[in-house]
Amino acid sequence: MTTTTRLNPMEMDAIASRHPDLLKSSTSSRVRTAAIAGGVVAYLIFSWWFFSIGHVLGNANWGIAGTYLADWVSYEVRPEIHVAPDRTMRLNYQRNSPLGPNPNPDWVELDRQTVTRQVAIPASTAQAVKPKASSSFSFMAPGSALGGTAAAETQNRVETRTEDVLTRVVVTYDRSTRIEIADGLVKATHGGDTFVMTVDGADTVRPQGQLPAWATQKRPGEKIVLAFGATGWAEVEGDEVSVRNRFFGWANFLFDTNSPFFGKSYGEVVALITSGEQIDPTRSNLSLAWNNILYNAEWQHLDVWTKLLQTVVMAFVGTLFASLIAFPLCFLAARNITPSFLTNQVVKRFFDFLRSVDMFIWALFFTRAFGPGPLAGISAIFFTDTGTLGKLYSEALENIDDKQREGVKSVGATPLAVQRFGVLPQVLPVFASQALYFWESNTRSATIIGAVGAGGIGLKLWEAMRTNSDWENVAYMVLLILLVVFIFDSISNACRSRLMGSKAH
Amino acid sequence: MATSLLPRHLSDNGAVIERHWQELSSRRRLYSWLGSGVLLLALSGSLWFANDSNAGKFFDRLPHFFDFVGDLAPRDGLEIFRAMFDLPSPYDDGSFKYNYPEGRLYLTESIYIPEYVHKMLETVNIAIFSTVIGTAFGFVLCFLAARNLMPNPWIRGIVRRIMEVLRAFPEVVIAGFFLAILSLGPIPAIAAVSIHTIGALGKLFYEVVENADMKPDEGLRAAGGNWIERVWFGMVPQVLPNFTSYFLLRLEINVRASTIIGAVGGGGIGELLRLSIGQGHQAKTLAIVLLLFATIFAVDQFSAWLRRRLVGEQAFQLAQ
Repeated sequence: MTTTTRLNPMEMDAIASRHPDLLKSSTSSRVRTAAIAGGVVAYLIFSWWFFSIGHVLGNANWGIAGTYLADWVSYEVRPEIHVAPDRTMRLNYQRNSPLGPNPNPDWVELDRQTVTRQVAIPASTAQAVKPKASSSFSFMAPGSALGGTAAAETQNRVETRTEDVLTRVVVTYDRSTRIEIADGLVKATHGGDTFVMTVDGADTVRPQGQLPAWATQKRPGEKIVLAFGATGWAEVEGDEVSVRNRFFGWANFLFDTNSPFFGKSYGEVVALITSGEQIDPTRSNLSLAWNNILYNAEWQHLDVWTKLLQTVVMAFVGTLFASLIAFPLCFLAARNITPSFLTNQVVKRFFDFLRSVDMFIWALFFTRAFGPGPLAGISAIFFTDTGTLGKLYSEALENIDDKQREGVKSVGATPLAVQRFGVLPQVLPVFASQALYFWESNTRSATIIGAVGAGGIGLKLWEAMRTNSDWENVAYMVLLILLVVFIFDSISNACRSRLMGSKAH
Repeated sequence: MATSLLPRHLSDNGAVIERHWQELSSRRRLYSWLGSGVLLLALSGSLWFANDSNAGKFFDRLPHFFDFVGDLAPRDGLEIFRAMFDLPSPYDDGSFKYNYPEGRLYLTESIYIPEYVHKMLETVNIAIFSTVIGTAFGFVLCFLAARNLMPNPWIRGIVRRIMEVLRAFPEVVIAGFFLAILSLGPIPAIAAVSIHTIGALGKLFYEVVENADMKPDEGLRAAGGNWIERVWFGMVPQVLPNFTSYFLLRLEINVRASTIIGAVGGGGIGELLRLSIGQGHQAKTLAIVLLLFATIFAVDQFSAWLRRRLVGEQAFQLAQ
């Protein structure tokens, strides 16, 4: 007789027929797997219908998504070229141009001429103090009133002026992309193609020839949108060419356009601070520079940092107070420490109550009580976490080893000493580790209750997003938050591994 | 100084040990005092800062502590239930100032779902849906991040970093971003909650996988199983109960998260709650708070019960 574990096929079949349950999974378990998978699939289909996801995604404006994403890391300069019916032009920049109050970038090339021309001034704006500003809108008014009342036209005065005007504007995006405007013709070059449009200075724009793939026009005569990908885009209308030139980076991150340090290189700024002459007679250049950075109108550094500090403080104080209050209460809630069933239940239900009223509702409650600000956030975190930590602490207490307590008791210690020497050494590391864990996770969640007014950076984030144009500020704040979260993660992880050894992870 | 405290009857060796012990304990005491001092300083500084940058000061506002509760007192108790079930209710002056039946969602001609119940269902569904999505992605990613299944440190590191960023990225920002693209509705909330869930569950999942027994895996490797087979037949059956438990735990958390996201514009009950507080309508607010309370409590209890049935007491760990 040989001793081998290898079976011949006949034996194997015999075993299989004797114990079918061992080698084949039972029907019910196979059906259960299929049923669960089917259920999940059915649920996903149901949700697709319930939230009408397909419809929403179909209506989504993914072009905007690209622009927003690009806004996180870049900025636009927006020169606008107004074209008058007599083909002269004027150039405007956006009101808060990142290039400062008088931008003159080298990628915009201008040809000037002094001509005598007739300017139409609408009656309503003729008395305006600033003729320049009023005339920037004057081309719109006659255009829009074309089919309108004659009264509006008769009130317009026509003046003959001799002015210095633009006759040719060339905007260069990059080596392969440029727009040239002259003589009522807009010539766009992109990716080797040249596309020419005729503008009449009033309200119609006509393409000459076929539209290239990067140009779109919804209806004949209406505006033409030219998309140049990452470098920007342009809109050509009958009386206006809006250029959006996109540059990588965060504009004016240190100094805003009103600062005397604006537009200077780092070397120049350092030289000014160390050895330049004093700009502001009342303070040194260094303190002026620092002040300009803190109160940067676009990036609001001081405000952002204060709000971030608020978030950190909210998490820290809230969690600390919660663990301080939960600490004595958890002894009452643990059934092995406090034998009274009634006390256990009362304290445990109290914890449940604190926990199940959501942090969000507590935040609303305390915002009403203390006014918007970090006090509301602290209180909200404090209330919720007292519930959570209390529950976790009492569970830790219920799991302790009883032998230490018995040992301390056997030498005749008072009840307080039993807790101090028999219980605390066992649970204190667990308590501290859990408090640290919640500190860390509250730093994350404090950003979100901030958005409903409970202080911290959440509200600032939400405001920046609401305007839909400050995505670079959002990116900046998100980076700061991520940085803070990672720093606290590692601090709390380091503390926890020292407290508990590696098993806490 | 220290020697004078030593008991007289010690031998020389005993005295050395005693002195060492005293040194250690005095250093320990010093550290404790220092630590408490720093903590106290940080705490008082924080409290001062929080009070200073708050809109109202703590002691000035303390008498107003129960303002919110006072504001919420409805003019009659039944009003709350009328609000909750969209029953018509004449106002003091006899007019239908708040037209509750307006919000009804009719299933048939006579059967309807009250507005808040409907919105609450939507919120719960947002939570379930995003938990399912987050679990699916976390399930796939966790095996790539576990040390025992993915020996390549680069892939592991990258997957772990991705999950960390997903976890720490503020949900408000994700919701805001998708709100800008997709306009108002529950989908921005779904996106925000799911993305956070992928990061949070992925981490918990790969820790479970790393603690799993490797013997089935060795068996499969010996039999020539490829990576997917090793994961599917060696790992998944072991870790599935824990994964389910974490799924349920996450579901609880996500029900709360989706109410909050709703309040900043993501649809669902949170938005209604914010609106109703903004309009100062007590009965509606109370009805919604009650509904929230009941739902969160019910979900907590249900998932705790299910978890206990599935995996016993052991899986009651933290998850955030």
